[in-house]
Amino acid sequence: MISKWVRSFTAAAAVLAAGVAGAQSRFNLQEPQSIIARQIYDLHTLIMWIIVVIFVVVFGAMTWAIIKHRKSVGHKAEQFHENTTVEIIWTIIPFFILIGMAYPATKTVIAMKDASSPDLTIKVTGYQWFWGYDYLQGEGEGVSFFSRLATPREQIENRAPKGDNYLMEVDNPVVVPVGKKVRIITTANDVIHSWFVPALGVKQDAIPGFVRDTWFKVDNPGTYRGQCAELCGKDHAFMPIVVEAVAPEKYAQWIAGQKKKMAAQADDPARSWTLDELKTRGEKVYAANCVACHQANGMGLPGTFPALSGSKVVNGPKEGQINTVLNGVVRDGKPTAMVAFGKQLSDTDIAAVITFTRNNWANKTGQAVTPADVKALRK
Amino acid sequence: MDAAHVHNGHGAHGHRNTGLMRWVTTTNHKDIGTLYLVFSLTMFFIGGLLALGIRAELFQPGLQFWQPEFFNQLTTMHGLIMVFGAIMPAFVGFANWQIPMMIGAPDMAFARMNNWSFWLLPPAALLLVASFFVPGGATAAGWTLYAPLSTQMGPGMDLAIFALHIMGASSIMGSINIITTILNMRAPGMTLMKMPLFVWTWLITAYLLIAVMPVLAGAITMLLTDRHFGTNFFNAAGGGDPVLFQHIFWFFGHPEVYIMILPGFGIVSQIVPTFSRKPLFGYSSMVYATASIAILSFIVWAHHMFTVGMPAATQLFFMYATMLIAVPTGVKVFNWIATMWKGSLTFETPMLFACGFIFVFSIGGFTGLVLAITPVDIQLQDTYYVVAHFHYVLVAGSLFALFAGAYYWLPKWTGHLYDERLGKWHFWLSMIFFNVTFFPMHFAGLAGMPRRVPDYALQFADFNMISSIGAFGFGLAQLIFVYAIVKCVRGGEKAKDKTWEGAEGLEWQVPSPAPYHTWETPPVIR
Repeated sequence: MISKWVRSFTAAAAVLAAGVAGAQSRFNLQEPQSIIARQIYDLHTLIMWIIVVIFVVVFGAMTWAIIKHRKSVGHKAEQFHENTTVEIIWTIIPFFILIGMAYPATKTVIAMKDASSPDLTIKVTGYQWFWGYDYLQGEGEGVSFFSRLATPREQIENRAPKGDNYLMEVDNPVVVPVGKKVRIITTANDVIHSWFVPALGVKQDAIPGFVRDTWFKVDNPGTYRGQCAELCGKDHAFMPIVVEAVAPEKYAQWIAGQKKKMAAQADDPARSWTLDELKTRGEKVYAANCVACHQANGMGLPGTFPALSGSKVVNGPKEGQINTVLNGVVRDGKPTAMVAFGKQLSDTDIAAVITFTRNNWANKTGQAVTPADVKALRK
Repeated sequence: MDAAHVHNGHGAHGHRNTGLMRWVTTTNHKDIGTLYLVFSLTMFFIGGLLALGIRAELFQPGLQFWQPEFFNQLTTMHGLIMVFGAIMPAFVGFANWQIPMMIGAPDMAFARMNNWSFWLLPPAALLLVASFFVPGGATAAGWTLYAPLSTQMGPGMDLAIFALHIMGASSIMGSINIITTILNMRAPGMTLMKMPLFVWTWLITAYLLIAVMPVLAGAITMLLTDRHFGTNFFNAAGGGDPVLFQHIFWFFGHPEVYIMILPGFGIVSQIVPTFSRKPLFGYSSMVYATASIAILSFIVWAHHMFTVGMPAATQLFFMYATMLIAVPTGVKVFNWIATMWKGSLTFETPMLFACGFIFVFSIGGFTGLVLAITPVDIQLQDTYYVVAHFHYVLVAGSLFALFAGAYYWLPKWTGHLYDERLGKWHFWLSMIFFNVTFFPMHFAGLAGMPRRVPDYALQFADFNMISSIGAFGFGLAQLIFVYAIVKCVRGGEKAKDKTWEGAEGLEWQVPSPAPYHTWETPPVIR
């Protein structure tokens, strides 16, 4: 009964709001694309209208007083004060309005929390500053990849015109089937991040050492974009989230493609690498993982991120540097901004990036670090 | 607001130092009040400068002025400086000046501690500002200092922790002083329920401060030991819990927001009756509403953390408790409007700011109600909607109340009327530019723009440009305030003892400017 009233009220409100602000409004929440997002949207609309009504009544009275009860129009002050009846009324009425708001909100809270029996479970890991996705259960189990900002530096630094999806585009989007319940499990590698896709009504903090969950079911195929919502350091603004919802058949194709790609990416451990091959590959790994802190010129940012060019570690024994990259830097028992890359990168990638840093900028060791060296030091 | 120097001539109490040493050694509540107000005004401009740095970067998408790391330092330090350096000390300044005069006491209860609690602040402020110049710069973990991001920060974080410790100690001493003064030094006949509302709100605020400042001190001490002494309170790898920090921080943080607004309620509750020429509509219900808000403020903290993931029952509890706060807050707004109703209103600058406060603060209250609804909050948490919300309550709330109070009592402090024309300009420009700055942020937040970002997607560009223009206008308008104060201190039309026709209360029974010592013989209240 109440929900029916709410629905017709919000429908009327939506029509009104659309009339005021044009269709897909820039002045409102994004067009909802999941059942939870729609409930949130309707709740917000309902509350907005309650607020508008209260606003008009209360500030109508205030405006009336300001216009009519001023000294300059000759109004004499009446000295009334304290009226228990009035005071009880204006305490009780808001209370009932609040109950009217709490009822639909409670239903949505309970629905949001029900992440049980999903069709698909994806673990989302927040890293400084990108996302990792592991398909844990359901169709596509075993698929795993990282998702990084795809906007080129030139656009951010205003050296190139900005594209349509500036800062909202990634190299590997998360692909999900429409109409299937997707459970998202969040965690983080370093600091707290937050996985936020407005159109799906999902925002869940990703907390290092802890696991949290949320869920969504996408109504329509499409690309839905969001961003990290919890301050996580320097590049907090540069770790977007892109969810691509596709028809189930297309999803199956994508999974097959991913599995093939993953198999191809696995390097032949027996292969031998030349110094130049490693450097070329290392440069790419560096650009993807290291450049944000240590900078393209290898000079880091003084005081925060140390320089690699001329660094004692980089020019010292290779075991020291391999250990640093594999296990990160731990100071006083705490992980620092130099996180452990052992889990994120393959032996070959680590060998390549180390070789690159040892033979670039002011560093001229002439030494190649092989995947076997890295493997030997993995614990 | 160098108010008291005009009385240097009258030598009835001739033991005072002169020059700088007078201010260093003073134990006079009026001198210390002035010091607090000058200090907070200075910090207000430093914090404002940082805000303009933020808005300059956000004027257009792309990185123009700052690198992201420095941008995060700007947002963090803007928050810390405004909260701990500008708003809180400003209210303590008002308390120092006004509470003894309003309750008929000769001074604060602990005059020397009063001196000490002020003089702790400049070193703390120095630590905060100096942290920009240490290796790695100031802390960039946000004013909420969430672990484990804050454990990653450089030495700037330690300086901020020490600064907060010192400011916390100062606040606690100030609160002890205020509580003792109010409870023990009221003039004969002034029962608690006859106290001016400003005094009531400060009494309740002081209790809040004593309750929560040690909690903050605990949280940041744990952070400090996590950073340097091998503890693992917030480090999951060592068995700690990063979310624990948030619980402790917000157990402090939510009462803190009421610490910053309740004395503002008090100031507005003094001003509205004066310019309505009519007593406050419901004095006792205002007192009870203030107390209810203060008590409720202890059981709503987790509404800042709905997205960390907690059981449905916990979310529901904090949602219901948060929504309840709307009831006493509503009572306050209704009371102010009922006070204005059928009054005989005039709109001098204090009243303009008070009406502006009621109007714009209520918008912040409404968006607070929107954010109380857990599902909607999860959508809007950490977006610009939240930034808009808390600037509506903190700038249009606390700051406008402070402006209102400053114009209201300046004639009492300086003995001169301020320039009404300047005051009106200040109000209207502040009001307009405030809304130009912060209203569009609601839309950016609804559309999904996260806060604390130095760069943003193109669909947020228009709103951000409008906000930035508004921010610079708002910043410039504040120079009028300084000019109006300086002008008022230096001269102007002589203020009557009872400056405002409708004013009630003991402070209007002493001469203007208020002599160095007032109420050495307490008045008797019938």
